This record gives sequence, C-alpha cells and structure tokens, in this order.
Amino acid sequence: MSDTQAHSVAYVRDTMLPQQPAPAGQSGAVQWLRENLFSGWLNTLLTLLGVALIYTLVMHFLPWFLHGVWDANSIKECRTIITDRYGEGATGACWAVIRERWHQFIFGFYPPELYWRPILTFLLLFVAVGPLLFTWVPRVLAWFTPVYPFLAVWLLWGGSGWTPVMIFAGFVLGAAILLLLSPRLGSIMAFSIGAFVAILYFLFVVGPLIGGLQAILPWGLESVDSAKFGGFLLAITLGVGGIMMSLPLGIVLALGRQSDMPLVKGFSVVFIEFIRGVPLITLLFVASLLLNYFLPPGTNFDIILRVMILVTFFAAAYIAEVIRGGLAALPRGQYEAADALGLDYWKAQRLIILPQALKISIPGIVSTFIGMFKDTTLVVFVGLFDPLKGIPDFIRADFNWKGIYWEPFIFVGAIFFILNFAMSRYSMSLERRLQRDNH
Amino acid sequence: MTSAPDAPEQGFRLSQLIYDTRYRSLTIQAIVFILVMGGAAWLVDNVIQNLNDLGKDFNFSFLGQRAGYDIGNAIIPYNNDMSHGRALLVGLINTLWVSFLGCVAATIIGIFVGVLRLSKNWLVARLMTVYVEVFRNIPVLLWILVAIALLTDVAPSPNAYKVNQQTGEAQASMLLDSVAFTNRYTAIPSVHFDRSLGSLDTALAPISLNFLALVIVLIASIWVNKRMLTHAAKVQEATGVRPTMWWKSALVLIAPVVILAIALGINPEEPQIKGFNFTGGTNVSNSFVALWLGLSLYTAAFIAEIVRAGILAISKGQTEAAFALGLRANRTMSLVILPQALRVIIPPLISQYLNLTKNSSLAIAVGYLELRGTLGGITLNQTGRELEAITLMMLIYLAISLSISGVMNVYNNRVKLKER
Repeated sequence: MSDTQAHSVAYVRDTMLPQQPAPAGQSGAVQWLRENLFSGWLNTLLTLLGVALIYTLVMHFLPWFLHGVWDANSIKECRTIITDRYGEGATGACWAVIRERWHQFIFGFYPPELYWRPILTFLLLFVAVGPLLFTWVPRVLAWFTPVYPFLAVWLLWGGSGWTPVMIFAGFVLGAAILLLLSPRLGSIMAFSIGAFVAILYFLFVVGPLIGGLQAILPWGLESVDSAKFGGFLLAITLGVGGIMMSLPLGIVLALGRQSDMPLVKGFSVVFIEFIRGVPLITLLFVASLLLNYFLPPGTNFDIILRVMILVTFFAAAYIAEVIRGGLAALPRGQYEAADALGLDYWKAQRLIILPQALKISIPGIVSTFIGMFKDTTLVVFVGLFDPLKGIPDFIRADFNWKGIYWEPFIFVGAIFFILNFAMSRYSMSLERRLQRDNH
Repeated sequence: MTSAPDAPEQGFRLSQLIYDTRYRSLTIQAIVFILVMGGAAWLVDNVIQNLNDLGKDFNFSFLGQRAGYDIGNAIIPYNNDMSHGRALLVGLINTLWVSFLGCVAATIIGIFVGVLRLSKNWLVARLMTVYVEVFRNIPVLLWILVAIALLTDVAPSPNAYKVNQQTGEAQASMLLDSVAFTNRYTAIPSVHFDRSLGSLDTALAPISLNFLALVIVLIASIWVNKRMLTHAAKVQEATGVRPTMWWKSALVLIAPVVILAIALGINPEEPQIKGFNFTGGTNVSNSFVALWLGLSLYTAAFIAEIVRAGILAISKGQTEAAFALGLRANRTMSLVILPQALRVIIPPLISQYLNLTKNSSLAIAVGYLELRGTLGGITLNQTGRELEAITLMMLIYLAISLSISGVMNVYNNRVKLKER
C-alpha cells in the first residue's frame, strides 16, 4: 500500500488493528480441556470414569501410605503406633520392615562387611557394557569388556586370585594360537588347534597350575558361598550372567539356523524350538533335579551354577531368534558384497554381517534381558532366595514380621519397575536412533 | 569354479576335505554330527550309570499306580483312588482351562486398553499408558501373589455376606448381586437347565447332552448362515444388488439357540448364602481366580501394545485411499484397515498366548494344581521318578507349544502378502 493512496483515499486503513486475544472458549486451559477431555459425550464419560477411578484409588491408598511407620521393630509395634497416632481402625503401611531388612532384599545373606564387592561389581558392569551400548563412551574402555566376566565372578564369589587370571589366560592362549597359526594354516585349522589346546589346558593344566601358584604366592578374596546369595544380587547375577554367557551361544545358534548345512540347521532348530517350547520353570527343575543324572556319578556342583547353565540355554534360544531377526533384516546385497570381495564365511560374518546384524538386534536383546530379569524370580521354586517370594517368605517366617504382605510387594515391585522401565526406555531410544542411522 | 575346464585332474587328497568348498560342508556336518551324538551318548551313558547306582529304572508304569492325593479343582471326575495317569490328565485339562480363560480375558482387556491408549482423551490415554508400563515391567509372579493376597487377606469371609437379623443388612455385598469374593473361594452364578436331556458318559468325563445340543445347533446355524452369505454374494454378482442380509443372519444365528435354550428351561443359578457357605452357583477356588487374574492382567498389557502397534502400522494413506474409492467408514474398517492390521497383530498375539500358557506353570505359587502341580509336583514327589515325570512334562508342554505355533504358521501362510 503506497503512501499516496493512503493520503488520497480516506477510507483505507493505514495501520494494523491490534491483535485480539482468542475467544475465551478457544484458548488456554479451557480450550485444552475441551479438546482433550470433553470433546463429545463418549470422551466426557471416559474422563469422568477416569477421574472416579483415580479418586477411588487415591482415597483407598493415600491414607495407608501417609500413615506409614518407619520406626518399629515388629508388625505389632507398627499397628500400635498407627492406632495411637491416627485412632482406632486406622490402617497404615509398616515400612519399618523395609528399613530393618532392606539389605536382605538387595544382597540376600551376603556378609555385610563384604557389601562393597557386589556394589563394585555392579558399578563395573556399566564400565563394561558402556562401550557397547552408548556411543559417547570412549572406545578405549572396550578392552575392559572381555575382562569383566572373570573379574565379576571373582569379586562375587571370592577365592584365589589366580583362578580368574589363569582361566582368562586359557582363553588368551587359544586366541593367540588362532591368530599365530591362521596365516599359515587357514582359519579353520587354526581355530580347531586353538580350541583343542585351550580345552586340554582347561581339563588338565589349569587346576594344578592354580593350586601351585596359590601355594607359592597366595592372594585372593574371602570366598562367599552360593547359599549366601539372594535378593536382587541373585536376580541381577542370574540375569546378567545368563545374558552374557548366552550371547556367544545365541550367535552360533542363529548362524546355525541360517546355515545351508541341513544337519547344522536341524540341530539348531531342534534346540531353539525345544527350549522355547517349555516353561522356564521346567528347565529350572531340570537344573535342580535332573542335572545330577546327566553328569558323571559323584559330580555335584553349586546350585547357582546349575541354574545359570539352564538359564543360559533358555536365554540363548531367545537371543538366537532375536539375532536371526537381525540377520534377516540385513539387505541381501550385504551378503553378496561380502561374497564379491572374496571373503570366506567367517571373515564375512565377522567383518560385514554380524556387526550390522548385532547392532540392529540390540533393542531385541535388551527386551530379552528384561524378560530374563523378570523370570529370575522363578528360582524361588528351586529353593533359591529371589527378591519377590523367597526373601519375603523368609522375613515372614520371623515372628515379628508374620503376615506382612504389601510393603515387600511394593518395595520389590518398585525396584523391578524402575530397572525394567529404564531399560525399556533405553531400548526404545536406541530403536529410534538406529532407524535414523539407516536412512 | 568347480566346473572350470582347466581344473587339475588329481586324485582325491585328504586336505580337500577342509580346503575344498565341495567337501567342506560335508566335513563340518560330519564333525558336528559326531560331536552331538558323542555328547548325547555321554549324557545317556551317565544317566544309565546314575540310575543303576540309585537302583532305579526308566519306565512309566507309575502312571498306572494309585495317586492317593486329592485335587481341589478337578474339572473331570477324579478321586484319590484313581491313577497318577488320571491325575496327570486332570492337571493337563486344568492347564488348558486356565490358559484358555486367561487368553480370552487378556485379549478382551488388551484390545480395550490398546484402543483406549490411542484415544484422543488425554486422561484416559495416560491412565492406559500407566497400566501398560506398570504391568509390563513387573514380574508376573508378583501379580499372581498380589491377586492371591488380595483375595485371602482383604476379601471378607463368606459369613460377612450373611444378612444380619437385627439391622437387615449384610457386612459385604455381592457384585451385581451374583458374584461374591470371599477369602476361601469366589462364588459365581452357574447355568441351570430345568429339563435335562441326560448326559453322555465318555471315558474322559460325562458330557451334558443339553450343552451338546446347544453346541450342535449353534454350529448348524453358523453353517446355514455361511451358505446364505455365499448365496447373497452370488445374487450380487448376477444382478448387482445385494439382498439385505443383516437381519436374516441375526435371525439364523441367534433364534434357534435361544429357542432351544428356552425349551430346555435355561436359567442362571445365583449363589445364595446358606449357613456358613454359598450354595447354588459355582464356588471357584481362589487359587484359580488369582492365577487367572494375574496371568490375564499381565498378558493384557503386552497384548495392548501389540494392538496399538498394529493399528499404528497401517498408514493413514490407506484410510484416505479407501475414502477416495467411496467406501464408507465401517466398510473401510472391515475391508481395508482390519485385514492389514490383523496381519501385523495376530502373530505376536499368538506368541503371547503361548507365553501365557507357559506362565500358567506359575500356579505352583498359589497352589492351583495343573500339569506342573500334579505330574511335576505331587506325583513326582510321591513316586520319586524325577527323570520320567519331568521328561513327560516337558514333552507335553512342548506339544502344546508346537500345536499353538502350528496354528500360527497356518494363519501366516494364509494371510501372507502374495508377492511376485
């Protein structure tokens, strides 16, 4: 609009009207309420039902929470305090049981003066898995990842310091032979010889070697019996241990299932489908009742180790399916490109296929881990002290805490929820990131 | 490469077994076979030796022996004079029954929650998200234990439902006048027929002829309805006009069953408090209700996520394309959206059913006697035959799982996208 016009034509407005606020019903909280809560009769009804539900729940549980007692030595004392404070008939939570027994929920019967060991193991776990899960963690830390399992077992169970070192040395020995011989003999022969030497070392050399070294230069940690494990220490040990040990087995099974060799494929399929077809609880019974039948007479080893073996098999079958999904999701061109470069099967898998397939599979592996972690509570049925039923049952056996149900449920449930929710959120964010990476 | 014309004609050398791709896979398979068979032989040998040492043998004759224990929730007739085999069967039927009811409830709750989570209503969507996250991230064992604790600790005793003579009121009131939760059992109404056609005695269990007749009539009406729909489609193809079908279908499907049921004198039998207990209706044990509730609520959270993902997976373009073709909203749903969404939903849904069935073995936590409680529990302890009982139990679970995944494969093949 030019000036001349504005001056010559009287009715043309030359300034903008001041902006008007939106009508009261179309802005702010009112509009939000109208759009999100009260659009249409069905929505209004749903909103009212939701409000009624929240109101009932809060009215039922809030007083119980607020009347909670932290300072008491028995459930009777709790009840007396609540009656004194809030009058006859008042109900309240007796959090005192958590205050008195929290260490049993977390550590089971692990000696209190050694709590630093599981805590350190748990913290080091993040250092070990950091380079795998987060891109911002320095790559240098990746050398720690293969060392961690040996260190963790030693920290948790204690014993001679030579044991983890010498067992780790066995793996190093096998890997060294593989690396030294593979240029001359080819990877298959080198792998066979390396594995053979390592197995011989584990069967015949490692036991006397540890004994000898321990006699010459004794060092180590106070050993802790498996029977002392319980609570979340047990659940996390089983969950993390099961997933870690099941990863190599799961990768082999997934590759076996994709293999062209009918026999290898057949064995993999039978193993995977059998394990996935039966409840974990039956496998735990195999661990506790049948494993002794399958091993040479007189072998009797630790129940946690036995459970861990079966949990590993169980997790491996699920991990194998997750990784198979990752392998199937890779475009055919990747396999063909590897072939075109003249890489042999293992080189192609190691350099091209698996790095990509495993990366796609991480969210699935995390979900499997969440499932595993929840399932570790089932070990209560073979007599171990899981945090959900084993430890609370033990506490209820104490006369002071007879009949206390809800407080342990809430405490343990909350910890499970926090851990699993965090992991599932991580897996979701990873999924989104991977989607962006691929396009 | 193998058919290269200038390939050196040499005799077979042993190293070819490893370095020649023609033979390598055979070599590897032979080695794997030897290793697996060797491992299996080692395990079997150990088992034989261990059994010998214990003075045991491997046979299933214990299934014919007298069981000697009672099962509170037997669906088929059972008493403690019957054999361990019969107890196994009772347990198996209990497993299937609680799994079936659990799957039905979980599906219904799951669909509701999944759809409501996508609702535009802010409050409801948040509530459903909370439900899904809370139930998904906490072990199912906790939910089963919470359910049994609620029922035994919080629910009133049957006595509380008694009407007090002075005040004319009862301490507790029944849900919709027909369901009563008590600390010992849950009383629900049952179906009663005034006129009975008698019952058919089979080896497994007596079957009420009334139910049988209703089921036969229902199947017959479904078949007739299918024929009518085929006929309607034919008419539509010939003339271009589809005869109005909905009321005919409704009539054929509903009327015969209702008429038969009324003729048989159907009426619901409500539970009534008599003395210290409920009579009439059915008293369902709390262990069953707790297991069923725990399993359904837990699995429903997973099913809700599956339903939500299935609906979100269908792009908006599909709806718009259907509208552009002139399809109405309900036909768009039934012809375009649902068939595609179901292809995404059904496979993970069935694997959730599988999980629920496997999780039903947690019945041990509440003392409901299903397969794991009978065969893998009391029978195992009484006869001391761990090897046989656990093997048999695993095989039965495996058979159930394989049949469920077999159904899934059939479905997948039927709905698979037909590509070039």
